[in-house]
Amino acid sequence: MMLVATAFLVWGLGWVLNIWLARFGGRWVSLVSALVFGVTLLLVWELVVRGLGVSAVILPPPSAIAVRLADPAAQAILWGDFVQTFVKGALSGYVLGCGAGFLVAIATDRSPFLQAGLLPVGNFVAALPIIGMAPILVMWFGFDWESKAAIVVVMVFFPMLVNTVQGLTEASSMQRDLMRTYAASYWQTLLKLRLPAAAPFIFNGLKIATTLALIGAIVAEFFGSPTKGMGFRISTEVGRLSLDMVWAVIAVAALSGSAFYGGIALLEKATTFWHPSQRER
Amino acid sequence: MALCRWRVMRGLASLGPVSVVVLVLFGFWYLAAVWLNADWARDKAARADVELSFSELVADTLSQDKPKLPAPHQVAVEIWETTAEKKVTSKRSLVYHGWITLSATLLGFGMGTVLGILLAIGIVHNRAMNNSVMPWLITSQTIPILAIAPMIIVVLNSVGLSGLLPKALISTYLSFFPVAVGMVKGLRSPDAMQLDQMRTWSASAAQTFWKLRWPSSMPYLFTSLKIGVAASLVGAIVGELPTGAVAGLGARLLAGSYYGQTVQIWSALISAAVLAACLVGIVGVVQRVTLRRMGMA
Repeated sequence: MMLVATAFLVWGLGWVLNIWLARFGGRWVSLVSALVFGVTLLLVWELVVRGLGVSAVILPPPSAIAVRLADPAAQAILWGDFVQTFVKGALSGYVLGCGAGFLVAIATDRSPFLQAGLLPVGNFVAALPIIGMAPILVMWFGFDWESKAAIVVVMVFFPMLVNTVQGLTEASSMQRDLMRTYAASYWQTLLKLRLPAAAPFIFNGLKIATTLALIGAIVAEFFGSPTKGMGFRISTEVGRLSLDMVWAVIAVAALSGSAFYGGIALLEKATTFWHPSQRER
Repeated sequence: MALCRWRVMRGLASLGPVSVVVLVLFGFWYLAAVWLNADWARDKAARADVELSFSELVADTLSQDKPKLPAPHQVAVEIWETTAEKKVTSKRSLVYHGWITLSATLLGFGMGTVLGILLAIGIVHNRAMNNSVMPWLITSQTIPILAIAPMIIVVLNSVGLSGLLPKALISTYLSFFPVAVGMVKGLRSPDAMQLDQMRTWSASAAQTFWKLRWPSSMPYLFTSLKIGVAASLVGAIVGELPTGAVAGLGARLLAGSYYGQTVQIWSALISAAVLAACLVGIVGVVQRVTLRRMGMA
Protein backbone atom coordinates (compact mmCIF):
# COMPACT_ATOMS: atom_id res chain seq x y z
CA MET A 1 0.00 0.00 0.00
CA MET A 2 2.93 2.27 0.79
CA LEU A 3 4.13 2.02 -2.77
CA VAL A 4 0.73 3.00 -4.21
CA ALA A 5 0.60 6.00 -1.89
CA THR A 6 4.10 6.93 -3.08
CA ALA A 7 2.82 6.66 -6.64
CA PHE A 8 0.14 9.25 -5.90
CA LEU A 9 2.75 11.43 -4.21
CA VAL A 10 5.07 11.20 -7.24
CA TRP A 11 2.15 12.05 -9.54
CA GLY A 12 1.31 15.13 -7.43
CA LEU A 13 4.95 16.23 -7.28
CA GLY A 14 5.31 15.92 -11.05
CA TRP A 15 2.14 17.91 -11.55
CA VAL A 16 3.21 20.71 -9.17
CA LEU A 17 6.62 20.82 -10.87
CA ASN A 18 4.95 21.19 -14.26
CA ILE A 19 2.63 23.95 -13.06
CA TRP A 20 5.66 25.74 -11.66
CA LEU A 21 7.54 25.24 -14.94
CA ALA A 22 4.60 26.57 -16.96
CA ARG A 23 5.21 30.01 -15.48
CA PHE A 24 8.41 30.35 -17.50
CA GLY A 25 8.57 30.75 -21.24
CA GLY A 26 11.03 29.45 -23.77
CA ARG A 27 11.84 26.35 -25.75
CA TRP A 28 13.58 24.33 -23.07
CA VAL A 29 10.62 24.60 -20.70
CA SER A 30 8.28 22.60 -22.88
CA LEU A 31 11.05 20.04 -23.40
CA VAL A 32 11.70 19.73 -19.66
CA SER A 33 8.03 19.51 -18.72
CA ALA A 34 7.46 16.82 -21.34
CA LEU A 35 10.38 14.92 -19.80
CA VAL A 36 8.99 15.41 -16.29
CA PHE A 37 5.63 14.06 -17.42
CA GLY A 38 7.24 11.03 -19.06
CA VAL A 39 9.40 10.20 -16.04
CA THR A 40 6.41 10.62 -13.71
CA LEU A 41 4.39 8.24 -15.85
CA LEU A 42 7.14 5.59 -15.75
CA LEU A 43 7.58 5.97 -11.96
CA VAL A 44 3.84 5.70 -11.33
CA TRP A 45 3.66 2.60 -13.54
CA GLU A 46 6.54 0.98 -11.64
CA LEU A 47 5.17 1.84 -8.20
CA VAL A 48 1.58 0.84 -8.90
CA VAL A 49 2.59 -2.49 -10.47
CA ARG A 50 4.82 -3.29 -7.49
CA GLY A 51 2.42 -1.90 -4.93
CA LEU A 52 -0.63 -3.79 -6.13
CA GLY A 53 1.41 -6.91 -6.88
CA VAL A 54 0.23 -7.07 -10.49
CA SER A 55 1.42 -10.33 -12.01
CA ALA A 56 4.26 -9.98 -14.54
CA VAL A 57 2.09 -11.99 -16.94
CA ILE A 58 -0.35 -9.11 -17.15
CA LEU A 59 1.79 -5.99 -16.92
CA PRO A 60 5.52 -6.12 -16.14
CA PRO A 61 7.06 -3.09 -14.39
CA PRO A 62 9.29 -0.84 -16.55
CA SER A 63 12.40 -2.01 -14.67
CA ALA A 64 11.84 -5.61 -15.81
CA ILE A 65 11.50 -4.40 -19.39
CA ALA A 66 14.71 -2.39 -19.03
CA VAL A 67 16.51 -5.45 -17.69
CA ARG A 68 15.31 -7.45 -20.68
CA LEU A 69 16.44 -4.70 -23.06
CA ALA A 70 19.91 -4.70 -21.49
CA ASP A 71 20.29 -8.47 -21.85
CA PRO A 72 22.73 -9.22 -24.74
CA ALA A 73 20.89 -12.38 -25.85
CA ALA A 74 17.62 -10.47 -26.08
CA GLN A 75 19.41 -7.67 -27.89
CA ALA A 76 20.60 -10.04 -30.60
CA ILE A 77 17.05 -11.33 -31.10
CA LEU A 78 15.63 -7.81 -31.15
CA TRP A 79 18.23 -6.68 -33.68
CA GLY A 80 17.31 -9.58 -35.99
CA ASP A 81 13.60 -8.72 -35.67
CA PHE A 82 14.35 -5.07 -36.32
CA VAL A 83 16.29 -5.81 -39.52
CA GLN A 84 13.62 -8.25 -40.74
CA THR A 85 10.59 -6.04 -40.07
CA PHE A 86 11.82 -2.48 -40.23
CA VAL A 87 14.70 -2.46 -42.72
CA LYS A 88 13.56 -5.21 -45.08
CA GLY A 89 9.78 -4.95 -44.81
CA ALA A 90 8.78 -1.44 -43.81
CA LEU A 91 11.59 0.63 -45.28
CA SER A 92 11.69 -0.98 -48.74
CA GLY A 93 7.89 -0.84 -48.97
CA TYR A 94 7.93 2.77 -47.81
CA VAL A 95 10.39 3.83 -50.48
CA LEU A 96 8.57 1.93 -53.25
CA GLY A 97 5.06 3.00 -52.20
CA CYS A 98 5.85 6.67 -51.63
CA GLY A 99 7.86 6.79 -54.85
CA ALA A 100 5.01 5.20 -56.79
CA GLY A 101 2.41 7.53 -55.25
CA PHE A 102 4.56 10.56 -56.08
CA LEU A 103 5.21 9.44 -59.67
CA VAL A 104 1.54 8.61 -60.36
CA ALA A 105 0.57 12.04 -59.05
CA ILE A 106 3.07 13.69 -61.43
CA ALA A 107 1.97 11.46 -64.32
CA THR A 108 -1.71 12.35 -63.94
CA ASP A 109 -0.87 15.99 -63.33
CA ARG A 110 -1.39 17.04 -66.95
CA SER A 111 -4.89 15.62 -67.15
CA PRO A 112 -7.38 17.56 -64.98
CA PHE A 113 -9.98 14.94 -65.91
CA LEU A 114 -7.96 12.08 -64.38
CA GLN A 115 -7.18 14.17 -61.32
CA ALA A 116 -10.82 15.08 -60.76
CA GLY A 117 -11.47 11.32 -60.76
CA LEU A 118 -8.40 10.22 -58.82
CA LEU A 119 -8.70 12.59 -55.87
CA PRO A 120 -12.11 11.43 -54.55
CA VAL A 121 -11.28 7.77 -55.24
CA GLY A 122 -7.88 8.13 -53.57
CA ASN A 123 -9.43 9.87 -50.57
CA PHE A 124 -11.98 7.10 -50.32
CA VAL A 125 -9.40 4.31 -50.54
CA ALA A 126 -7.15 6.08 -48.02
CA ALA A 127 -9.99 5.82 -45.46
CA LEU A 128 -10.52 2.09 -46.07
CA PRO A 129 -9.15 -0.61 -43.78
CA ILE A 130 -6.40 -1.52 -46.25
CA ILE A 131 -4.63 -3.48 -43.54
CA GLY A 132 -7.21 -6.19 -44.25
CA MET A 133 -5.41 -6.88 -47.53
CA ALA A 134 -2.55 -8.35 -45.51
CA PRO A 135 -3.72 -12.00 -45.64
CA ILE A 136 -4.19 -11.78 -49.42
CA LEU A 137 -0.76 -10.31 -50.02
CA VAL A 138 0.84 -12.88 -47.70
CA MET A 139 -0.81 -15.52 -49.88
CA TRP A 140 0.53 -13.96 -53.07
CA PHE A 141 4.08 -13.06 -52.07
CA GLY A 142 4.94 -15.73 -49.52
CA PHE A 143 5.88 -15.54 -45.86
CA ASP A 144 9.12 -13.61 -46.13
CA TRP A 145 9.64 -9.85 -46.17
CA GLU A 146 8.41 -9.39 -49.76
CA SER A 147 4.77 -9.74 -48.70
CA LYS A 148 5.34 -7.25 -45.86
CA ALA A 149 6.88 -4.77 -48.27
CA ALA A 150 3.89 -5.29 -50.59
CA ILE A 151 1.31 -4.47 -47.92
CA VAL A 152 3.32 -1.40 -46.95
CA VAL A 153 3.36 -0.29 -50.61
CA VAL A 154 -0.43 -0.57 -50.83
CA MET A 155 -0.92 1.20 -47.50
CA VAL A 156 1.32 4.23 -48.14
CA PHE A 157 0.48 4.65 -51.84
CA PHE A 158 -2.88 6.40 -51.49
CA PRO A 159 -2.08 8.91 -48.72
CA MET A 160 1.04 9.87 -50.69
CA LEU A 161 -0.90 10.15 -53.97
CA VAL A 162 -3.68 12.28 -52.47
CA ASN A 163 -1.28 14.60 -50.69
CA THR A 164 0.92 15.11 -53.75
CA VAL A 165 -2.05 15.76 -56.06
CA GLN A 166 -3.43 18.25 -53.57
CA GLY A 167 -0.03 19.89 -53.12
CA LEU A 168 0.43 20.35 -56.86
CA THR A 169 -2.67 22.58 -56.96
CA GLU A 170 -1.15 24.78 -54.26
CA ALA A 171 0.70 27.31 -56.46
CA SER A 172 -1.63 30.27 -57.10
CA SER A 173 -2.71 31.26 -60.61
CA MET A 174 -0.82 34.52 -60.18
CA GLN A 175 2.43 32.62 -59.60
CA ARG A 176 1.72 30.34 -62.56
CA ASP A 177 1.04 33.35 -64.78
CA LEU A 178 4.35 34.79 -63.72
CA MET A 179 6.09 31.58 -64.82
CA ARG A 180 4.26 31.83 -68.14
CA THR A 181 5.49 35.40 -68.66
CA TYR A 182 9.02 34.04 -68.14
CA ALA A 183 8.21 31.57 -70.97
CA ALA A 184 8.93 28.70 -68.58
CA SER A 185 8.27 25.22 -69.94
CA TYR A 186 5.95 22.76 -68.14
CA TRP A 187 8.88 21.00 -66.49
CA GLN A 188 10.51 24.24 -65.41
CA THR A 189 7.24 25.39 -63.83
CA LEU A 190 6.89 22.01 -62.14
CA LEU A 191 10.43 21.88 -60.77
CA LYS A 192 10.88 25.52 -59.80
CA LEU A 193 7.42 26.56 -58.69
CA ARG A 194 4.87 23.83 -58.17
CA LEU A 195 6.94 21.09 -56.50
CA PRO A 196 8.44 23.49 -53.96
CA ALA A 197 4.97 24.89 -53.28
CA ALA A 198 3.73 21.33 -52.84
CA ALA A 199 6.55 20.40 -50.43
CA PRO A 200 4.55 20.82 -47.18
CA PHE A 201 1.84 18.53 -48.55
CA ILE A 202 4.34 15.98 -49.81
CA PHE A 203 6.08 15.92 -46.44
CA ASN A 204 2.72 15.57 -44.73
CA GLY A 205 2.10 12.47 -46.83
CA LEU A 206 5.58 11.14 -46.08
CA LYS A 207 5.00 11.62 -42.34
CA ILE A 208 1.62 9.88 -42.34
CA ALA A 209 3.24 7.06 -44.29
CA THR A 210 5.98 6.46 -41.67
CA THR A 211 3.55 5.19 -39.03
CA LEU A 212 1.48 3.30 -41.60
CA ALA A 213 4.59 1.53 -42.89
CA LEU A 214 5.61 0.17 -39.50
CA ILE A 215 2.04 -0.87 -38.63
CA GLY A 216 1.61 -2.61 -41.98
CA ALA A 217 4.84 -4.54 -41.72
CA ILE A 218 4.12 -5.73 -38.17
CA VAL A 219 0.46 -6.64 -38.66
CA ALA A 220 1.23 -8.53 -41.89
CA GLU A 221 3.46 -10.82 -39.82
CA PHE A 222 0.45 -12.02 -37.83
CA PHE A 223 -0.77 -13.72 -41.02
CA GLY A 224 2.41 -15.68 -41.54
CA SER A 225 6.12 -14.94 -41.26
CA PRO A 226 9.52 -16.62 -41.01
CA THR A 227 10.67 -17.25 -37.45
CA LYS A 228 11.82 -13.69 -36.90
CA GLY A 229 10.31 -10.23 -37.08
CA MET A 230 8.63 -7.95 -34.58
CA GLY A 231 5.08 -9.16 -35.26
CA PHE A 232 6.15 -12.79 -35.05
CA ARG A 233 8.01 -12.07 -31.79
CA ILE A 234 5.01 -10.32 -30.25
CA SER A 235 2.57 -13.10 -31.08
CA THR A 236 4.87 -15.95 -29.98
CA GLU A 237 6.05 -14.28 -26.78
CA VAL A 238 2.47 -13.49 -25.81
CA GLY A 239 1.81 -17.21 -26.22
CA ARG A 240 4.78 -17.99 -23.94
CA LEU A 241 3.55 -15.38 -21.43
CA SER A 242 6.91 -13.59 -21.32
CA LEU A 243 5.39 -10.16 -21.40
CA ASP A 244 8.64 -8.36 -20.59
CA MET A 245 10.03 -9.48 -23.96
CA VAL A 246 6.84 -8.31 -25.67
CA TRP A 247 7.19 -4.90 -24.09
CA ALA A 248 10.85 -4.81 -25.11
CA VAL A 249 9.76 -5.39 -28.73
CA ILE A 250 7.14 -2.66 -28.33
CA ALA A 251 9.79 -0.29 -26.97
CA VAL A 252 12.00 -1.01 -30.00
CA ALA A 253 9.04 -0.51 -32.35
CA ALA A 254 8.03 2.75 -30.68
CA LEU A 255 11.61 3.99 -30.69
CA SER A 256 12.21 3.16 -34.35
CA GLY A 257 8.79 4.57 -35.31
CA SER A 258 9.51 7.83 -33.51
CA ALA A 259 12.99 8.03 -34.99
CA PHE A 260 11.59 7.40 -38.48
CA TYR A 261 8.98 10.14 -38.04
CA GLY A 262 11.49 12.49 -36.46
CA GLY A 263 13.94 11.90 -39.31
CA ILE A 264 11.33 12.87 -41.91
CA ALA A 265 10.36 15.91 -39.83
CA LEU A 266 14.03 17.00 -39.66
CA LEU A 267 14.35 16.51 -43.41
CA GLU A 268 11.27 18.69 -43.87
CA LYS A 269 12.76 21.39 -41.68
CA ALA A 270 16.02 21.28 -43.63
CA THR A 271 14.44 21.41 -47.11
CA THR A 272 11.39 23.65 -46.61
CA PHE A 273 12.88 26.10 -44.12
CA TRP A 274 11.65 28.95 -46.34
CA HIS A 275 7.98 27.99 -46.10
CA PRO A 276 5.70 30.08 -43.83
CA SER A 277 4.49 26.98 -41.99
CA GLN A 278 8.10 26.28 -40.88
CA ARG A 279 9.17 29.88 -40.29
CA GLU A 280 6.50 30.73 -37.77
CA ARG A 281 7.92 28.58 -35.03
CA MET B 1 -31.37 28.03 -53.71
CA ALA B 2 -29.08 29.12 -56.51
CA LEU B 3 -26.11 28.17 -54.36
CA CYS B 4 -27.67 24.80 -53.67
CA ARG B 5 -28.21 24.13 -57.38
CA TRP B 6 -24.64 25.17 -58.07
CA ARG B 7 -23.38 22.67 -55.54
CA VAL B 8 -25.41 19.89 -57.13
CA MET B 9 -24.02 20.85 -60.54
CA ARG B 10 -20.48 20.72 -59.25
CA GLY B 11 -21.17 17.36 -57.66
CA LEU B 12 -22.42 16.01 -60.99
CA ALA B 13 -19.44 17.44 -62.84
CA SER B 14 -16.99 15.32 -60.81
CA LEU B 15 -19.22 12.26 -61.23
CA GLY B 16 -17.95 11.66 -64.78
CA PRO B 17 -14.22 11.49 -63.98
CA VAL B 18 -14.87 9.47 -60.81
CA SER B 19 -16.92 6.86 -62.63
CA VAL B 20 -14.29 6.60 -65.37
CA VAL B 21 -11.55 6.02 -62.79
CA VAL B 22 -13.69 3.44 -60.99
CA LEU B 23 -14.46 1.66 -64.27
CA VAL B 24 -10.75 1.60 -65.16
CA LEU B 25 -10.00 0.11 -61.73
CA PHE B 26 -12.59 -2.62 -62.30
CA GLY B 27 -11.04 -3.29 -65.71
CA PHE B 28 -7.64 -3.70 -64.08
CA TRP B 29 -9.19 -6.01 -61.51
CA TYR B 30 -10.59 -8.33 -64.22
CA LEU B 31 -7.29 -8.31 -66.15
CA ALA B 32 -5.35 -9.09 -62.97
CA ALA B 33 -7.78 -11.89 -62.12
CA VAL B 34 -7.25 -13.50 -65.55
CA TRP B 35 -3.48 -13.08 -65.35
CA LEU B 36 -3.08 -14.35 -61.77
CA ASN B 37 -5.45 -17.31 -62.13
CA ALA B 38 -4.20 -18.41 -65.56
CA ASP B 39 -1.43 -20.64 -64.16
CA TRP B 40 -3.84 -22.73 -62.15
CA ALA B 41 -6.26 -23.01 -65.07
CA ARG B 42 -3.43 -24.18 -67.39
CA ASP B 43 -2.20 -26.66 -64.78
CA LYS B 44 -5.65 -28.13 -64.45
CA ALA B 45 -6.07 -28.37 -68.22
CA ALA B 46 -2.66 -30.01 -68.68
CA ARG B 47 -3.51 -32.64 -66.09
CA ALA B 48 -6.81 -33.35 -67.79
CA ASP B 49 -5.03 -33.43 -71.18
CA VAL B 50 -7.22 -30.80 -72.76
CA GLU B 51 -6.10 -27.89 -74.85
CA LEU B 52 -7.70 -24.66 -73.67
CA SER B 53 -8.75 -22.05 -76.18
CA PHE B 54 -8.29 -18.46 -75.10
CA SER B 55 -11.96 -17.87 -74.33
CA GLU B 56 -12.14 -21.10 -72.29
CA LEU B 57 -9.05 -20.03 -70.37
CA VAL B 58 -10.59 -16.65 -69.53
CA ALA B 59 -13.90 -18.26 -68.55
CA ASP B 60 -12.06 -20.71 -66.27
CA THR B 61 -9.98 -17.99 -64.56
CA LEU B 62 -13.11 -16.06 -63.68
CA SER B 63 -14.98 -18.98 -62.12
CA GLN B 64 -12.48 -20.89 -59.94
CA ASP B 65 -13.36 -22.07 -56.46
CA LYS B 66 -10.25 -20.83 -54.70
CA PRO B 67 -8.76 -18.31 -57.14
CA LYS B 68 -5.65 -16.30 -56.35
CA LEU B 69 -7.68 -13.20 -57.10
CA PRO B 70 -11.47 -13.64 -57.32
CA ALA B 71 -13.22 -11.63 -60.02
CA PRO B 72 -15.53 -8.82 -58.87
CA HIS B 73 -18.69 -10.69 -59.80
CA GLN B 74 -17.65 -13.73 -57.70
CA VAL B 75 -17.20 -11.44 -54.70
CA ALA B 76 -20.54 -9.79 -55.41
CA VAL B 77 -22.28 -13.19 -55.54
CA GLU B 78 -20.62 -14.25 -52.27
CA ILE B 79 -21.67 -11.01 -50.57
CA TRP B 80 -25.23 -11.42 -51.82
CA GLU B 81 -25.37 -15.03 -50.60
CA THR B 82 -23.98 -14.22 -47.17
CA THR B 83 -26.07 -11.12 -46.54
CA ALA B 84 -29.43 -11.49 -48.23
CA GLU B 85 -29.84 -15.26 -48.39
CA LYS B 86 -28.68 -16.14 -44.87
CA LYS B 87 -30.53 -15.43 -41.65
CA VAL B 88 -29.11 -12.42 -39.83
CA THR B 89 -28.40 -14.47 -36.73
CA SER B 90 -26.55 -17.20 -38.64
CA LYS B 91 -22.80 -17.54 -38.05
CA ARG B 92 -22.32 -17.46 -41.80
CA SER B 93 -24.12 -14.19 -42.28
CA LEU B 94 -21.93 -11.20 -43.08
CA VAL B 95 -24.55 -8.97 -41.47
CA TYR B 96 -23.97 -10.78 -38.17
CA HIS B 97 -20.18 -10.38 -38.40
CA GLY B 98 -20.50 -6.81 -39.63
CA TRP B 99 -22.73 -5.90 -36.70
CA ILE B 100 -20.22 -7.29 -34.19
CA THR B 101 -17.48 -5.20 -35.74
CA LEU B 102 -19.72 -2.16 -36.02
CA SER B 103 -20.80 -2.23 -32.37
CA ALA B 104 -17.16 -2.36 -31.22
CA THR B 105 -16.32 0.44 -33.64
CA LEU B 106 -19.12 2.71 -32.45
CA LEU B 107 -18.43 2.13 -28.75
CA GLY B 108 -14.73 2.84 -29.26
CA PHE B 109 -15.43 5.83 -31.45
CA GLY B 110 -17.76 7.32 -28.85
CA MET B 111 -15.25 6.84 -26.03
CA GLY B 112 -12.40 8.14 -28.19
CA THR B 113 -14.34 11.26 -29.16
CA VAL B 114 -15.21 12.09 -25.55
CA LEU B 115 -11.63 11.45 -24.40
CA GLY B 116 -10.20 13.50 -27.26
CA ILE B 117 -12.48 16.48 -26.59
CA LEU B 118 -11.76 16.41 -22.85
CA LEU B 119 -8.01 16.26 -23.48
CA ALA B 120 -8.26 19.15 -25.94
CA ILE B 121 -10.20 21.28 -23.45
CA GLY B 122 -7.56 20.56 -20.81
CA ILE B 123 -4.71 21.36 -23.16
CA VAL B 124 -6.25 24.62 -24.33
CA HIS B 125 -7.08 25.88 -20.83
CA ASN B 126 -4.04 24.70 -18.90
CA ARG B 127 -0.52 25.63 -19.90
CA ALA B 128 1.11 22.99 -17.73
CA MET B 129 -0.94 20.35 -19.52
CA ASN B 130 -0.12 21.84 -22.91
CA ASN B 131 3.60 21.69 -22.14
CA SER B 132 3.67 18.22 -20.65
CA VAL B 133 0.91 16.20 -22.35
CA MET B 134 0.95 17.50 -25.92
CA PRO B 135 4.38 16.13 -26.92
CA TRP B 136 3.50 12.70 -25.47
CA LEU B 137 0.20 12.75 -27.31
CA ILE B 138 2.14 13.00 -30.55
CA THR B 139 4.67 10.37 -29.48
CA SER B 140 1.84 8.04 -28.51
CA GLN B 141 0.81 7.85 -32.15
CA THR B 142 4.23 6.77 -33.39
CA ILE B 143 3.76 3.62 -31.34
CA PRO B 144 2.31 1.11 -33.76
CA ILE B 145 -0.70 0.41 -31.54
CA LEU B 146 -2.29 -1.83 -34.13
CA ALA B 147 0.74 -4.04 -33.87
CA ILE B 148 0.34 -4.54 -30.14
CA ALA B 149 -3.45 -4.81 -30.34
CA PRO B 150 -3.39 -8.63 -30.15
CA MET B 151 -1.34 -8.47 -26.96
CA ILE B 152 -3.71 -5.95 -25.39
CA ILE B 153 -6.64 -8.20 -26.23
CA VAL B 154 -4.96 -11.28 -24.77
CA VAL B 155 -3.91 -9.43 -21.62
CA LEU B 156 -7.34 -7.90 -21.10
CA ASN B 157 -8.86 -11.33 -21.60
CA SER B 158 -6.66 -12.73 -18.85
CA VAL B 159 -7.84 -9.97 -16.50
CA GLY B 160 -11.38 -11.04 -17.23
CA LEU B 161 -12.34 -8.39 -19.76
CA SER B 162 -13.57 -9.98 -22.93
CA GLY B 163 -16.04 -9.46 -25.72
CA LEU B 164 -16.78 -5.97 -26.88
CA LEU B 165 -14.73 -3.81 -24.55
CA PRO B 166 -11.14 -4.79 -25.44
CA LYS B 167 -11.80 -4.20 -29.14
CA ALA B 168 -13.52 -0.93 -28.34
CA LEU B 169 -10.47 0.14 -26.31
CA ILE B 170 -8.23 -0.29 -29.36
CA SER B 171 -10.68 1.78 -31.39
CA THR B 172 -10.64 4.39 -28.64
CA TYR B 173 -6.87 4.62 -28.71
CA LEU B 174 -6.87 5.07 -32.48
CA SER B 175 -9.68 7.63 -32.60
CA PHE B 176 -8.91 9.93 -29.66
CA PHE B 177 -5.76 11.33 -31.23
CA PRO B 178 -7.22 12.90 -34.40
CA VAL B 179 -10.07 14.32 -32.32
CA ALA B 180 -7.74 15.75 -29.66
CA VAL B 181 -5.36 17.34 -32.18
CA GLY B 182 -8.21 18.71 -34.32
CA MET B 183 -10.04 20.12 -31.30
CA VAL B 184 -6.91 21.79 -29.90
CA LYS B 185 -6.61 23.54 -33.24
CA GLY B 186 -10.34 24.29 -33.34
CA LEU B 187 -10.63 25.62 -29.78
CA ARG B 188 -7.65 27.87 -30.48
CA SER B 189 -9.08 29.09 -33.80
CA PRO B 190 -10.81 32.24 -32.43
CA ASP B 191 -8.32 35.04 -32.98
CA ALA B 192 -7.06 37.52 -30.38
CA MET B 193 -9.60 40.14 -31.48
CA GLN B 194 -12.57 37.87 -30.77
CA LEU B 195 -11.09 36.78 -27.43
CA ASP B 196 -10.57 40.44 -26.52
CA GLN B 197 -14.16 41.16 -27.43
CA MET B 198 -15.30 38.47 -24.99
CA ARG B 199 -13.10 40.07 -22.36
CA THR B 200 -14.63 43.52 -22.91
CA TRP B 201 -18.00 41.91 -22.25
CA SER B 202 -16.43 40.51 -19.05
CA ALA B 203 -17.37 37.00 -20.08
CA SER B 204 -16.31 34.22 -17.72
CA ALA B 205 -14.07 31.41 -18.92
CA ALA B 206 -17.12 29.13 -19.21
CA GLN B 207 -19.03 31.70 -21.26
CA THR B 208 -16.06 32.25 -23.56
CA PHE B 209 -15.85 28.51 -24.00
CA TRP B 210 -19.52 27.84 -24.75
CA LYS B 211 -20.25 30.95 -26.82
CA LEU B 212 -17.02 31.43 -28.73
CA ARG B 213 -14.51 28.57 -28.57
CA TRP B 214 -16.90 25.62 -28.82
CA PRO B 215 -18.96 26.92 -31.78
CA SER B 216 -15.90 28.00 -33.75
CA SER B 217 -14.26 24.59 -33.27
CA MET B 218 -17.10 22.72 -34.98
CA PRO B 219 -15.62 22.52 -38.52
CA TYR B 220 -12.39 21.13 -37.03
CA LEU B 221 -14.32 18.64 -34.90
CA PHE B 222 -16.16 17.12 -37.85
CA THR B 223 -13.05 16.87 -40.01
CA SER B 224 -11.31 14.94 -37.24
CA LEU B 225 -14.39 12.82 -36.55
CA LYS B 226 -14.23 11.55 -40.13
CA ILE B 227 -10.62 10.44 -39.65
CA GLY B 228 -11.46 9.07 -36.22
CA VAL B 229 -14.37 6.88 -37.31
CA ALA B 230 -12.34 5.33 -40.13
CA ALA B 231 -9.49 4.64 -37.69
CA SER B 232 -11.91 3.09 -35.17
CA LEU B 233 -13.11 0.60 -37.75
CA VAL B 234 -9.54 -0.45 -38.54
CA GLY B 235 -8.92 -0.82 -34.80
CA ALA B 236 -11.96 -3.01 -34.30
CA ILE B 237 -11.03 -5.24 -37.24
CA VAL B 238 -7.44 -5.75 -36.09
CA GLY B 239 -8.72 -6.27 -32.54
CA GLU B 240 -10.70 -9.25 -33.78
CA LEU B 241 -7.70 -11.05 -35.23
CA PRO B 242 -6.34 -12.66 -32.04
CA THR B 243 -9.68 -13.70 -30.55
CA GLY B 244 -9.27 -17.01 -32.32
CA ALA B 245 -11.44 -16.07 -35.28
CA VAL B 246 -14.73 -16.22 -33.41
CA ALA B 247 -16.81 -13.43 -34.88
CA GLY B 248 -16.50 -10.14 -36.68
CA LEU B 249 -15.11 -9.04 -40.03
CA GLY B 250 -11.52 -9.41 -38.79
CA ALA B 251 -12.25 -12.99 -37.78
CA ARG B 252 -13.68 -13.65 -41.25
CA LEU B 253 -10.44 -12.34 -42.74
CA LEU B 254 -8.32 -14.59 -40.53
CA ALA B 255 -10.49 -17.68 -41.07
CA GLY B 256 -10.43 -17.05 -44.80
CA SER B 257 -6.65 -16.81 -44.82
CA TYR B 258 -6.30 -20.05 -42.82
CA TYR B 259 -8.44 -22.05 -45.22
CA GLY B 260 -7.43 -20.29 -48.44
CA GLN B 261 -10.99 -19.06 -48.99
CA THR B 262 -10.03 -16.04 -51.05
CA VAL B 263 -13.60 -15.22 -52.03
CA GLN B 264 -14.51 -15.04 -48.34
CA ILE B 265 -11.54 -12.76 -47.60
CA TRP B 266 -12.46 -10.40 -50.40
CA SER B 267 -16.12 -10.28 -49.44
CA ALA B 268 -15.18 -9.44 -45.83
CA LEU B 269 -12.77 -6.83 -47.15
CA ILE B 270 -15.33 -5.22 -49.44
CA SER B 271 -17.99 -5.15 -46.74
CA ALA B 272 -15.48 -3.53 -44.38
CA ALA B 273 -14.84 -0.93 -47.09
CA VAL B 274 -18.58 -0.31 -47.56
CA LEU B 275 -18.99 -0.02 -43.79
CA ALA B 276 -16.14 2.53 -43.62
CA ALA B 277 -17.63 4.52 -46.49
CA CYS B 278 -21.06 4.57 -44.81
CA LEU B 279 -19.64 5.68 -41.45
CA VAL B 280 -17.60 8.49 -43.01
CA GLY B 281 -20.62 9.43 -45.13
CA ILE B 282 -22.92 9.65 -42.09
CA VAL B 283 -20.45 11.90 -40.28
CA GLY B 284 -20.28 14.02 -43.43
CA VAL B 285 -24.07 14.42 -43.55
CA VAL B 286 -24.24 15.36 -39.86
CA GLN B 287 -21.44 17.85 -40.51
CA ARG B 288 -23.28 19.49 -43.39
CA VAL B 289 -26.58 19.74 -41.51
CA THR B 290 -24.97 21.09 -38.33
CA LEU B 291 -22.77 23.61 -40.07
CA ARG B 292 -25.63 24.85 -42.22
CA ARG B 293 -27.83 25.37 -39.17
CA MET B 294 -24.97 27.26 -37.53
CA GLY B 295 -24.62 29.39 -40.65
CA MET B 296 -21.08 28.24 -41.33
CA ALA B 297 -21.54 26.43 -44.63
